[in-house]
Amino acid sequence: MTQAADLPVWAALLTSFLVLLGAGFTVVGAIGLLRLKTFYERMHAPTLGATWGTAGILLGSIVFFSVLQSRPVLHEVLIAVFVTVTTPVTLMLLARAALYRDRSEGSTEVPPPVGTDGAAKPGGQV
Amino acid sequence: MSATILSWSLLIAQILLGVAMAIASFRMIRGPRAQDRILALDALYVNAMLLLLVFGIRTGSTLYFEAALVISLLGFIATLALAKFVMRGEIIE
Amino acid sequence: MTRLLPYPLLTASLLAMWLLLNGLSLGHVLLGSAIAIAASNVTAALAPAKPRIKRWYLLPKLVAIVVADIWRSNIAVAWLIVRPSHSRRVSGFVVVPLELRHPTGLAILACIVTSTPGTAWVEYDSASNRLLLHVLDLVDEAHWIDLIKNRYERLLLEILA
Repeated sequence: MTQAADLPVWAALLTSFLVLLGAGFTVVGAIGLLRLKTFYERMHAPTLGATWGTAGILLGSIVFFSVLQSRPVLHEVLIAVFVTVTTPVTLMLLARAALYRDRSEGSTEVPPPVGTDGAAKPGGQV
Repeated sequence: MSATILSWSLLIAQILLGVAMAIASFRMIRGPRAQDRILALDALYVNAMLLLLVFGIRTGSTLYFEAALVISLLGFIATLALAKFVMRGEIIE
Repeated sequence: MTRLLPYPLLTASLLAMWLLLNGLSLGHVLLGSAIAIAASNVTAALAPAKPRIKRWYLLPKLVAIVVADIWRSNIAVAWLIVRPSHSRRVSGFVVVPLELRHPTGLAILACIVTSTPGTAWVEYDSASNRLLLHVLDLVDEAHWIDLIKNRYERLLLEILA
């Protein structure tokens, strides 16, 4: 924490706010992972950490290093782009895997494939 | 002044992220099914990446950024491979 | 021009990534350009479908709408998680009939829907062009179908026309 003493107070406050906001959303997402009941409900919880949890901490990091080095430090944007593109892909693949497993076990909690005529009615509720 | 603000808020953020990682690990051990464990592992990867970024701010070094980038890459590939395995494992059965 | 740069957008983003990682200097601009051009030519062998973007000026509008929606649903989902009793909340699957058939458009729609907390893209059938969505707080099915169709799909149809 040696360099942080050179930081103006407004930048320190802004960084703190953004980092705490990000960490707060992430921990709420983790609590959701614990509290929600079915897999499909739990699937929504980590997106909190992957969207504004990540965004908050990355913005805090950008503010901190940009003010500290007196030039725009933007390489955190790379992580933001990367997480934005990859998280939906993993979640979609995981959802499809779970759906496939549930269907092959004959679970009644999941709707039939959307392509068949049996799914012409709006999906069943869990 | 700003050093005090930052060191306290970063400490709190680190504790929060540590709690998030503990919860994700708990869900990973508890299951109950393979997809829950993979989902928890993915969350664990994201949380570890965020914790590294907070470490980077605390030490004022940009070195942690590269580690965070590598962790997010590895987490993506690992989760993808595991999800694919869960799907295909059932086909073979 | 087209032979050297089969995918100008990909080349530009690779160069941007190189410069963000290594810092801005003349040497890195040259090296990064060489690598970006070589890499995008390698990608040409895979022949990915080229998106035809008709209305560029609508892209910032889409990004702004998505960022605002993600912010709002973050707060909504966080509240759903921390509030003491979640016995009254019903989650469930919704079938959304789509008009969009463009692969790039569907990919963007899938990313938008899944990264918004509270909605997740579960399954898509290309023959019937129907999408299976999982919604965390399913109060009214029509509301979610309307959200997907009027807020995102219409804009994507206009952009990719």
